Amino acid sequence: MTVAGARATASPPPATRRRARGPLRALPVMLRVHFAEAIAWRAEFLIWVLAYTLPLIMLALWSAVAREAPVGRFGEREFRAYFLVTLVFRLLAASWVVWDMSFQIRQGTIAARLLRPVHPLIQFAAQQAAAIPLRLALATPIAAAAIAWVGAAAISHDPLHLLSLPILLAGAWAMTFLVMAIIGSLSFFWESALGIFDLWLGFYFLFSGYLMPLELLPAPLRAVGEWLPFRYMLSFPVEVTLGLVDRRELLQGLAIQWGWTAVLTIGAIATWNAGVRRYSAFGG
Amino acid sequence: MVGVVSSSPLISVRGLVKHYRVPIRPPGLGAAMKALFRRNYKVVRAVDGIELQIAAGERVGFLGPNGAGKTTTLKMMAGLLYPTAGEVRVAGFNPAERQPDFLRKIMFVAGQKQQLLWDLPPAETFELNRAIYGVTRESYRRVLDELIAVLELEPLLEKPTRQLSLGERMKCELAAALIHRPTVLFLDEPTIGLDVTMQAALRSFIRRYNEEHGATVLLTSHYMVDVASLASRVLVIDHGRLTFDGLLADLVRRVHPYRRLTLRLGEPPARGALEALGARVVSLSDGVAVLEVGEESLKPLVAQALETLPVVDLTVEEAPLEDVISELFTRRPGRPDDGERRERDGDRGGGDRSGVLEPATVETRSEDRA
Repeated sequence: MTVAGARATASPPPATRRRARGPLRALPVMLRVHFAEAIAWRAEFLIWVLAYTLPLIMLALWSAVAREAPVGRFGEREFRAYFLVTLVFRLLAASWVVWDMSFQIRQGTIAARLLRPVHPLIQFAAQQAAAIPLRLALATPIAAAAIAWVGAAAISHDPLHLLSLPILLAGAWAMTFLVMAIIGSLSFFWESALGIFDLWLGFYFLFSGYLMPLELLPAPLRAVGEWLPFRYMLSFPVEVTLGLVDRRELLQGLAIQWGWTAVLTIGAIATWNAGVRRYSAFGG
Repeated sequence: MVGVVSSSPLISVRGLVKHYRVPIRPPGLGAAMKALFRRNYKVVRAVDGIELQIAAGERVGFLGPNGAGKTTTLKMMAGLLYPTAGEVRVAGFNPAERQPDFLRKIMFVAGQKQQLLWDLPPAETFELNRAIYGVTRESYRRVLDELIAVLELEPLLEKPTRQLSLGERMKCELAAALIHRPTVLFLDEPTIGLDVTMQAALRSFIRRYNEEHGATVLLTSHYMVDVASLASRVLVIDHGRLTFDGLLADLVRRVHPYRRLTLRLGEPPARGALEALGARVVSLSDGVAVLEVGEESLKPLVAQALETLPVVDLTVEEAPLEDVISELFTRRPGRPDDGERRERDGDRGGGDRSGVLEPATVETRSEDRA
């Protein structure tokens, strides 16, 4: 008996074609296997998701503030709708790649990914994206409960708004993943890259609309926030869902969000490549 | 015997150098404060000018003490580390570029690192690798069936990896790394932590894979039996330099060119009678004498012993491999026994690059922090 069978008889496709098609062909299996992995972590996953209680705390706080009189455009009901939609979108667009990447780099187990013929960022992205169905399963009842509580009238009825939501959510997820990939790749350079992520998280809470609707920020902060990516990672899809932006602003926001996604993609690839060069130069 | 060895080199390494710059700081608060403004570094020459060629199908073992540069060399050949200088070619590729077509030809298994998905059964990692390496389902099934049979994986396939023993995990690691049928196997301490039965099983599997598929095997191990049973060719690396490249038997003869002659005697002999034979007496107790004798004087000495002593039984052996390696790595230039030993060797077995082990080359310098 032979150890591992005869060589494959089919002639391999040209290297260039194979390079382009390889990751795409592997993607369905990568997603399926990593979905199985997410299922295996279900208890841990559930606890982690339940830790996303901040929007509910903010809901209670801001609802109390708005009980006497509305704050800008936000009355009690609007705050309820805002923070419940924020919670749902935060659940759907979250990622944990920064911790995974940082851990694997420090442990040296990243080598296994480097030696596979699919770019490690694609491997990480597949692993993270595979958990989205599980997140959806958790977010759907919350969304249903939210609609039942605040009423469907709180949600935009504009078909363009509703049709754009999957694209906006994909963009928000991609931006979150890419930012985490950039910071995770910094672990190739510094052991304290996770500290940088904590710093990032502080800005994210303030400028993404996680703590309060961005339009309630003081004008100078709002002006700064306009130039930053945070809004498009959370607040903008929420604003679109609630009909807080018109069609022109929606299209403009979509363009900005995907512009940021392109910039962050370039940034993630560049940081990863520089990190791997350093890792390969200084050892793992 | 090595499987199928081609004459043209599959792996070619020229002037390979790998230097690391490592920050150093003495203990204490003062040194800590000083390091805030001015940091000292030392340059560690992990690999310092290695030249070698390996033909397709060879099984090559890297020997060397901890920190000698074995794993660093292996990692540069696999493309995990970039060389500081020099050139590496593996199957026509520059490993540092990690081209997908190169990665499909190799596998790298390290006994202390794992690629198996921890919470899933190994079968899921196998399937993941099948997709990532673009192995057809038909080929995958054939390869997997045979790996299952040879490595006895059947009962392990559906258990979560975290519930497998170290040995079981290692077998699955090997299987996962072989799904794409690599032709170059880099094995870094593959049997570390395994019990002797499992070590033997893995060695037998690796040998078989090499013989049946003509795969090239490069192996580092601290277990001499791994190297002895798997690698006909041995590379000794010490302080980043290749100090021996040749057959294991030649290495043994060069480092320890003596045979152990064990004599069981009918009556306890006087020590003087044994010494009169002209051999070194290693031990003498209960009528059993162990002598160390040079190869060239073995025959006359045995004849003389049979003639002059009441010999009941006699065995001749090489020195234990562990002793040889231990002796090899404890020898340093300038030590009296080293010069004496070289003189006694009469430089027999010359022609290889063995012998003197050179001290570590470490440069220390300091620089202002940017």
